[in-house]
Amino acid sequence: MLNGKKVIAIGERDGVPGPVIAECLEGAGLEVVFQVTECFV
Amino acid sequence: MTDSSSKAVRVGIEGVFYSLAHVPDLVRYGSKPSRELRANTALEPQLKNQLRSFSAATAYAPHQVYIGNITPAELSNLPKPWYDKLIEGATSNGRFGDLVGQDRFYGQLAGADQFNLVTFEEKWFQEHTARNPNRKPPRLGPVAEITALCEKGALRLYSGERLVGAFESGHAEDASLTADVLLENLAAKVTAAHSLGSLLNALKLNPEEVDFVISCSEEAVGDRYNRGGGNLAKAIGEEVGCANASGSDVKAFCAGPLYGMVHGASLIQSGVCRKVAVVAGGSLAKLGMKFESHLKKGMPILEDVLGSFAVILSAAKTGEPCVRLDSTAFHPVRGGASPQAIAESLAEKPLAKLGMKLTDVDRYAVELHNPEITVPSGSGDVPRTNYLTLAALAVMRGQIKKDQMEDFARARGMVGYAPTQGHIPSAIVYLGHALDALRNNEIKNALFISKGSLFLGRMTQLSDGCSFLVENSEK
Repeated sequence: MLNGKKVIAIGERDGVPGPVIAECLEGAGLEVVFQVTECFV
Repeated sequence: MTDSSSKAVRVGIEGVFYSLAHVPDLVRYGSKPSRELRANTALEPQLKNQLRSFSAATAYAPHQVYIGNITPAELSNLPKPWYDKLIEGATSNGRFGDLVGQDRFYGQLAGADQFNLVTFEEKWFQEHTARNPNRKPPRLGPVAEITALCEKGALRLYSGERLVGAFESGHAEDASLTADVLLENLAAKVTAAHSLGSLLNALKLNPEEVDFVISCSEEAVGDRYNRGGGNLAKAIGEEVGCANASGSDVKAFCAGPLYGMVHGASLIQSGVCRKVAVVAGGSLAKLGMKFESHLKKGMPILEDVLGSFAVILSAAKTGEPCVRLDSTAFHPVRGGASPQAIAESLAEKPLAKLGMKLTDVDRYAVELHNPEITVPSGSGDVPRTNYLTLAALAVMRGQIKKDQMEDFARARGMVGYAPTQGHIPSAIVYLGHALDALRNNEIKNALFISKGSLFLGRMTQLSDGCSFLVENSEK
């Protein structure tokens, strides 16, 4: 169902970093078009 | 680095001073407000309506913790919202810090300006602020001159509704010397200098005794050929009269102050210096960072202060608080960016080197952002998240049971109270209370942990961090 879907991954410094989210999503067949880690403080 | 059998390496902490410059009329020049106000000018009156007075900022309980008049433990028992339940009879002078009003801060800007960047309206300046007799005379002029400078592009400096000053750029074409960049840099310089000068006064030290100044401020002093060229440290030392000192800057996003402490302690331990000042000025860019959420919730704009601090390091004295230099840990390139990996690098590993467990630390100083600022914007309670991560690690290692996690966080942590100034909340803000608690034998040690978001600079995806233990030197 998710295969080939495009996704933007926004991670958080104190939570899950962007590259980790991207790796998981790519493993599930999604295409990560942009990933970033943000720091909200 | 040593193992647990090696001799402890300790460097003394003589004292610390913290200051908050309350600058409500500069909130508009914070990065977020300036962008949003440009896009939507209708926000400006709303922003102005929700700015605080100096007395309200002084009586704000987290600020009273910051300057040492209330302990973090006492704060956690005070009724919320803290911005509404102000402390009666609060003063702007604390046990190890102070609050500086905007008028006085403007006077400090004028006194520290060596390049005729800032001009104040003569009548206002004479009525509201004091000229520093040890500095060159401030640049003053009539209202018409201030208005003309602003019309030519200078930044407008207000006192409430009144235009009282103009801040000019340093070069017609240099993006590193624009008025807003220079105001940010000069604000960092004067706030750091204020903290260092106040600390030297409190310790009854002659500024000429300081050998070296390390600045870990959040700015980028430089020019078009060397953006972020640096050494604000030496300018701060000059401002305070540290005539025998040189200096240099240590930068690592929010982790800068703990790296600065490690560098300073290493200069002492190696014998290169006898007295090192580690300082940081306030971050103008972070003023009003979450103002939109505060407006929406009908709260005052709580990010209206520039935070600064100064620490003096020297040889360890018997029975006095010190940095345990051999406990220092850095987050390595291979360390991993997950909260667990960072906690392993910055808490578990340094303690293991000393033969200690997570439960051997009486108090953890993490990023102590005031949750009243961050929760309304959805950024969560940062210290609590960090404490629960440490507690979870202790559960994984079998040091506590899962149902003891809250107790771990409560007993070994604290409520956040620092303004969201980046480097200032990053553990270093607790040092004043730690020194008190160590001297009063309320705790036997505290682990300071800071994190830096290197990925924000778009040069690496890496996180970063630094940590060390603070304890009393052996008697």
